Amino acid sequence: MEPTLLVVQFLNGIQLGTLLFLVASGLTLVFGILDVINLAHGVVYMVGAYAAASTFVRSGSLALAIAIAPVAALLVGLLLDRLVLRFLYDRNHLDQVLATFGVILFVDEAVRAIFGPAALPYPLPPAFEWSLELPGGATYPAWRLVIIVSGLVLAAILFGILHRTRAGMVVRAAATDPGMLAMLGVDIRRLFLVVLGAGSALAGFAGALAGPIVAVQPGMGDSVLILSFVVIVTGGLGSVQGALLGSFLVGLADTLGRSFLTDLLRLLLPPAAANEVGPALASMAIYLVMAIVLLIRPQGLVSLRRAAR
Amino acid sequence: MRAATRAPVSVRKLEGGSVAPLVFVALALAVLGADLWAGPYYVKLLTRAMIVALAALALDLLVGLAGLVSLGHAAFVGIGAYAVGILAEHGITSGWIQWPVALVASAAAAAVIGALSLRTRGVHFIMITLAFAQMLYFAANSLSRYGGDDGLTIWNRSDFGGIVSLADRRTFAWLCFVLLLSVYVALARLSASRFGRVLRGAKDNERRMAALGFAVTRFRLVAFVISGTVAGLAGVLLANLTEFVAPAYMSWHRSGELLAMVVLGGMGSLYGAILGAFAFVLLEELLSRFTTHWALLFGPFLVLVVLVGRGGIAGLLARLGRIR
Amino acid sequence: MSALLAARGLAKSFGAVVAAADLDLEVEAGEIHALIGPNGAGKTTVLGLLSGELRPDRGRVFLSGREVTHAPVHERVRLGLGRTFQLSCVLPSFSVLENVAIAVQAREGSSFRFWKPASPDPRLEEPAFALLERLGIDALADRPAAMLAHGERRLLELAMALASRPKVLLLDEPLAGVGSKEAQRLVEILARLRAEVGVLLVEHDMDAVFRLADRITVLVNGRAIASGPPSVVRADPLVRAAYLGDDSER
Ligand SMILES: Nc1ncnc2c1ncn2[C@@H]1O[C@H](COP(=O)(O)OP(=O)(O)OP(=O)(O)O)[C@@H](O)[C@H]1O
Ligand SMILES: [Mg+2]
Repeated sequence: MEPTLLVVQFLNGIQLGTLLFLVASGLTLVFGILDVINLAHGVVYMVGAYAAASTFVRSGSLALAIAIAPVAALLVGLLLDRLVLRFLYDRNHLDQVLATFGVILFVDEAVRAIFGPAALPYPLPPAFEWSLELPGGATYPAWRLVIIVSGLVLAAILFGILHRTRAGMVVRAAATDPGMLAMLGVDIRRLFLVVLGAGSALAGFAGALAGPIVAVQPGMGDSVLILSFVVIVTGGLGSVQGALLGSFLVGLADTLGRSFLTDLLRLLLPPAAANEVGPALASMAIYLVMAIVLLIRPQGLVSLRRAAR
Repeated sequence: MRAATRAPVSVRKLEGGSVAPLVFVALALAVLGADLWAGPYYVKLLTRAMIVALAALALDLLVGLAGLVSLGHAAFVGIGAYAVGILAEHGITSGWIQWPVALVASAAAAAVIGALSLRTRGVHFIMITLAFAQMLYFAANSLSRYGGDDGLTIWNRSDFGGIVSLADRRTFAWLCFVLLLSVYVALARLSASRFGRVLRGAKDNERRMAALGFAVTRFRLVAFVISGTVAGLAGVLLANLTEFVAPAYMSWHRSGELLAMVVLGGMGSLYGAILGAFAFVLLEELLSRFTTHWALLFGPFLVLVVLVGRGGIAGLLARLGRIR
Repeated sequence: MSALLAARGLAKSFGAVVAAADLDLEVEAGEIHALIGPNGAGKTTVLGLLSGELRPDRGRVFLSGREVTHAPVHERVRLGLGRTFQLSCVLPSFSVLENVAIAVQAREGSSFRFWKPASPDPRLEEPAFALLERLGIDALADRPAAMLAHGERRLLELAMALASRPKVLLLDEPLAGVGSKEAQRLVEILARLRAEVGVLLVEHDMDAVFRLADRITVLVNGRAIASGPPSVVRADPLVRAAYLGDDSER
C-alpha cells in the first residue's frame, strides 16, 4: 500500500466521480422538477459513447467526436420525451419505471442489432497516449486527467448557472417546490424539457469521455444508471450539490475499496480468506456506504424538501 | 346486525374468487397435455413458467397489495438458487437441508434489506431495493470459489430420499404446480386477512394508519420477508430446474421483468401475477423463435402495456366478465 | 400530573417561522379545551407535536402522566390519544364500514393474523357499525370512503378516531367546510362526547367554540396570548385586538 498507489487510486476515484456526476446531475434534476424517474437516462449516456466512437473511428477527429456526442444524446433525450416520457409525467413511479425499462430493453437491443454485440473500437486518441509523472514516481494517464478536468469544469459551469443566473434559480426552486413555481406562472413542462435536454447532453458528453477507457457496448448505460441512482439517493434526490457529493463518495468508495480492501483484510484474516472475501466486499462497498448514509439520514446527505410532513 | 353479512367493497373488488380456480384448472390441463402430447421440452417450459409465476406472485404481494415497488426482487430468487448451488457444491444434496437453508437465507436477507429500505418511501424505496439487489449481484460475481460470473453447475437435484424424485420431470412439474397453488391460496388468504387489510390501508393512506395506532413499518417488514421467502422458494426450484445458478439470476433485468409481469397480469389480484408470468414466458419463447432481437418487440410492448393497458390481463378479464 | 394530556414548554420553528413558542397546555378529563387563533398561528403544528407526527425543538409532552415526548405516533395512540386531521384523512378505497372496522382492529391489537378473513368478522364489524349508527351515518356503511361528501367524511373521521376509544381526542377544525345542518349535529355529538373523552378542539367557528369549550387558549404566532374560561377570554383586550376583533379572519 505505497502512498503513490494511494494517490493514483484517489485520482481514479475522482475520475469515476466526475463521470457519475455528469450523468447523475441530469437524473436528479429531472426527478426534482417533475417527479419523474427516468431509467432511460443511462441509454442516453450509451448513445453519447456510440456517437463519439463511430465518429472518431470514421473521421479520426476527436474534437468532432466529442462535439457530436452531446448533440446526439440531446436529440435522443428529447425524442424519448416526445415518444414516452411526456405520457408519464402524471403517472405513478411504478409506471415510469416500467415504461422507461421498456425503453432500455428496446434501445439496448437496437444498438445490439445495428452495431453488434461486441464492443465498438474507440481507441485512445494518440495525442493523449502519454502519462503524467506524479511526484513520487507514479504516472497517471493523460486521458483520465482530461476526464477529471473537463468534468470538473462542467460541474463548475453547471453550479454557476444554477446559482448565479435567473434561469438557474428557477430550476433550483422548481426542484425544491414545483407546485409553488407553477403558481408563479412558470411553465414547468418547458423548464423540464430544458433540463432534460441539458441533462441528456451532459450524459452524452460523459459517454464520449468514458468511451476510450470503458467498453463501448450494448447495455453499457445500465451500470452507470444504477450507480447514478446510488449517487442521487445517497446525495439526496433533486439536489445537484448532493449529486456532486454522492458522486465523489461513490467514486472513491468504489476504487479505494477495490484496490485496498483485500490488503486491509489480510491484516485481519488469513490470506486465503482475505482473497476470497476482499473482492466480494469491495464490489459491495458503495452499497454499504449508501446503506450507512441512509441509516443515518434516510433523506440523503443534502435534502432539499422538507422532511416528509 | 346486518353489518356482519355483507362483503365489503374492497374484498368484492378482488374478484379473484371466480377467475383463480379457472386459471389453475387450465394450468393443470396444460401440464397434463404437454406431458401427454407435446413432449419434455414443453413440460420444462411450463415448469419454468410456474416457477417464474411463483416469484411474480411474491412480488405482487409487495407491489399490488402493500404498494411497495421493489425493483430488486430477483435478488431473493438468486439467494434461494445460490443456497442450493453452494450446498450442492459442498456435497450436501439433501433437500431436507438445502430447502430450509435456502428459505431461511432468503428470509434473513429480506429482513435486513427490508429493514433498511423501509426507512424510505416512494422513489427512494425503488432505487434502494435496486441498489441492494445490485450489491448481491456483484457479490455473487466475485464468488470465484463458486464460479464467479460463469456461474455454478449443480450436478444433482435436491434429494428427498424416496419421497419425491425431482429428477423425474413429470414429478417436478407437478411439485411446482402444487407449490404454486399452495402459495397462491396462502397469499390470497393473507390478502383478505386482518394483516392484509392493514397492508392495504397503509397503501391507501399511511398517515391515517399511523394515527389509528398501527406501526406501519412493522407490517410492511413482515410482508417484505414473506415476499422475499417466496421468491427464495422460486429460486430453489429454478436452480433445480436448470441445474445451474449464475449471477445473472439476480441481474436487475430479471427484477424489472418480474415487475413487468406483475403489471402485465394486473396488480394486486395475485392470480394476475401468475397470468402475467405465463404471458411473459410464453411471449419470450414465441418471439425468440422469430428473432434473437425479441426485446425490440417486447420493449415497446411493455411501454404500451403501461400507457394504455390499465389493469393488465386481470383487468381485461374483469371487464369481459362485466360485459357478459 | 392530573391532566390527561399536558404539554410543557413546547417549542417548534420551521426556519424563521415560529409555530410554537414555550407553550404550556393541558386537557383534563371531561373537558373540551379549545385552541383558537388566526391562520398560520401554529394550531395544527401543536396538534402534530402532541400526536407525535412532529418532533418538538424543545419541551415535553405527557399523556396520563407518562412522558411521551419521544414516543412514535402509534404508541401514543395505544396510550389513549386519538386525532382527526384538518384535511380529511380516511382510507379512500375502503368502504365506510371498513374504515371504522380497521380502526377497531387497531384497538384490539391483533393484526398479525394471516389466515382468517377480516370480513365478515362480527368482532370488528359490530362495534364499527354501532359507531356509525351513533354518528348517524350507518346508511353509508357500504359506500367507498372516496365517494363521501365532505361533511360525511368528517363524521367518518370522528367515528374512526372514537373507535380506538381514546382518552383524549385532538380535533383539527372538524366543522370546516361542513354544511350548517351537519355542523349542528357535530356540535351536539361533541357536546355529548365530553363525558367520555377529553377534547382539544381547534376550530375557527366561534359560535361552536363558545358553545362547546370549557376552556379556551388563544394562539398567535405560536404563543398563547390568553387562556381561561370562555367568558374571560372573550373579554380579554389582547385577544380582541389580535383575533376576535379582526374581521379579515373568517
Ligand atoms: N412542515 C412545515 N414546514 C415549514 N413550515 C411549516 C410547516 N408546517 C407548518 N408550517 C408553517 O408554520 C406556521 C403554522 O402553521 P400551522 O399549520 O400550524 O397553522 P394553523 O394555526 O393550523 O393555521 P390554519 O388555521 O390555517 O390551519 C405557518 O406559517 C406554516 O406555514
Ligand atoms: Mg391548521
